[in-house]
Amino acid sequence: MTKRKRQSRRTPASKGEKLYWLDEPRNVNKVVYALYAICGLLFVIDPLIHKHGPFAVEHWLGFYGIFGFVACVALVLAAKELRRLLMRPEDYYDD
Amino acid sequence: MTDVSPGLILLLGALLVPLLRGRARSIYMLALPVLAFVHLAALPYGSFGAFEFLDMNLVTLRVDRLSSIFGYIFLIAALVSVIYSLHVRDVVQQTASLIYAGSAVGAVFAGDLVTLFVFWEGTAIASVVLIWARGTEASYRAGMRYLIIQVLSGLLLFFGVLLNYRVAGSISFDALNLETQAGLLIFLAFGIKCAFPLLHNWLEDAYPEATVTGTVWLSAFTTKLAVYSLARGYAGTEILVPIGAAMTAFPIFYAVIENDLRRVLAYSLNNQLGFMVVGIGIGTELSLNGTAAHAFCHILYKALLFMSMGAVLYRVGTVKGSELGGLYKSMPWTTVFCIIGAASISAFPLFSGFISKSLILSAAMKEGYFWTWIVLLFASAGVFHHSGIKIPYFAFFAHDSGKRCEEAPLNMLVAMAIAAAFCIGLGIMPGLLYSHLPFPVDYHPYSVEHVVTQLQLLMFSALAFTVLMRTGLYPPELKSVNLDFDWTYRRLGKSVLQSLMSFGQQIDSRGTATLTRTVKAFLSRLYRHHGPQGVLARSWPTGSMAFWTTLLLGACLIVYYF
Repeated sequence: MTKRKRQSRRTPASKGEKLYWLDEPRNVNKVVYALYAICGLLFVIDPLIHKHGPFAVEHWLGFYGIFGFVACVALVLAAKELRRLLMRPEDYYDD
Repeated sequence: MTDVSPGLILLLGALLVPLLRGRARSIYMLALPVLAFVHLAALPYGSFGAFEFLDMNLVTLRVDRLSSIFGYIFLIAALVSVIYSLHVRDVVQQTASLIYAGSAVGAVFAGDLVTLFVFWEGTAIASVVLIWARGTEASYRAGMRYLIIQVLSGLLLFFGVLLNYRVAGSISFDALNLETQAGLLIFLAFGIKCAFPLLHNWLEDAYPEATVTGTVWLSAFTTKLAVYSLARGYAGTEILVPIGAAMTAFPIFYAVIENDLRRVLAYSLNNQLGFMVVGIGIGTELSLNGTAAHAFCHILYKALLFMSMGAVLYRVGTVKGSELGGLYKSMPWTTVFCIIGAASISAFPLFSGFISKSLILSAAMKEGYFWTWIVLLFASAGVFHHSGIKIPYFAFFAHDSGKRCEEAPLNMLVAMAIAAAFCIGLGIMPGLLYSHLPFPVDYHPYSVEHVVTQLQLLMFSALAFTVLMRTGLYPPELKSVNLDFDWTYRRLGKSVLQSLMSFGQQIDSRGTATLTRTVKAFLSRLYRHHGPQGVLARSWPTGSMAFWTTLLLGACLIVYYF
């Protein structure tokens, strides 16, 4: 993402345009670090939260966070593999 | 006046639209949903508009808590969509969209299956106009496929109702079941319109091909009418739980790799329907409340997301993720509204999705559906991933495409602002919605446990996205189409048909050849014997005649003698 942001500053349309806060890679990093911090905080306070659900897994330490992370990584990587099977050129159905 | 369905106000009112011009037409179109809303609010609960038709008792207007909540949200959606479409000058689209909305509202208030069928077909026929109005070859073909499938759903409903009338002698639209053939046919008809797995593809195929405004209209009515019908007829039907769970899960894989952002939204629409279907399948008061509440919130945030992508399509001319990026500089308001819609569909605390989806997840937990709950949790993380992050990220941020355009037109911004206000308002004040749900609600979404666990799920999903992006593992947006179930009829069906036809042609040409040969042989034999030179056509001299007669007589004599 950082690399892309740097490239984006060289696109012709942005010449002479005002520079936005997010155009600065440093600021994108700030957003990312803030996200890391929030995740860290949510993980740390997990033991303090009393869970009432009937399922045992819910009571594992940081279940929701770990589940969300693993689910999303698995989803994206699986979908990426699915592309081999499913992806066709844009004009596949035109004939 | 209590005998008039609010749907008819839109439907019959739409017929006058072509007579008006300019500003008068706009004001009139705005007034219709408002009028219908006021009329609905004034209606008492009960059944009205009954009349007899071919010995059947039709009830055209049944008002109760379940039909009212769907009626209200359909009318709100109609008003928002009218505002969003105010710049459209195409009278065919304007009329069709109001007839479409009117049919959907009429269907929701139908007290019997025959009335339901009439309006059911109305939604199919009126809505296809919104796809064809795009005017491209692709939209024409997609619209055709859409219409065939919608009419098929209508036909199944028709035969189901007919069978039900013959067997049970009733056309009442109440609890149905899967034990009878009629019940099964009606279930399938609802299932097609609700985009059940393998019956779903008309949705992802057709919605993204509709006009900028058409997709916003389409997103609200057809599928939620099916959700309402399922909730009315099949609440507590166990099979709906796995069907719904499958619906939440499989479209999100497609949503991750799809390039057309309006198609991504169509996949996530399918995924959201899954949550509602699970709620119907569980069938408790809590879960049915969840279905109604989720349909209500979903219509608004989904319309909001489609409106924001529609605005991008309108201004930039494309919604392909591979060609967009950096639009927040040109369309800041649209960006903000899109993010509000994204936060709502992702069920962030303080946004509408949070207070409605929770009811369904809690019901699944309470009834002990462990695997269903796990799948729904997976789908919740997934929906945040593709609708919550992917849509705004690839359209408005990501790699700056260098595209610069104007902000969306004022009417679009107003429509988006209204939908966004609902998303936040319902998120902050869930009681407003809860008090109108079909059953009494004793539920508090804002417990510390619930807020924190939901935030954990979402923030760690965002973390996954960031990590995948930064490590370059995230699949880039590519110009492509992805095969889905429509392949079976767009490719497989077509090639089967083609090979059948070439087989037929072969048989035809071979058959013709054999036949021609046989006939020719027959004719030449005929010719040989009977032709000018043929033995049997020869004119015989009298002498040979006498000779043969003598010979025969001689032979007779010899035989007789012995």
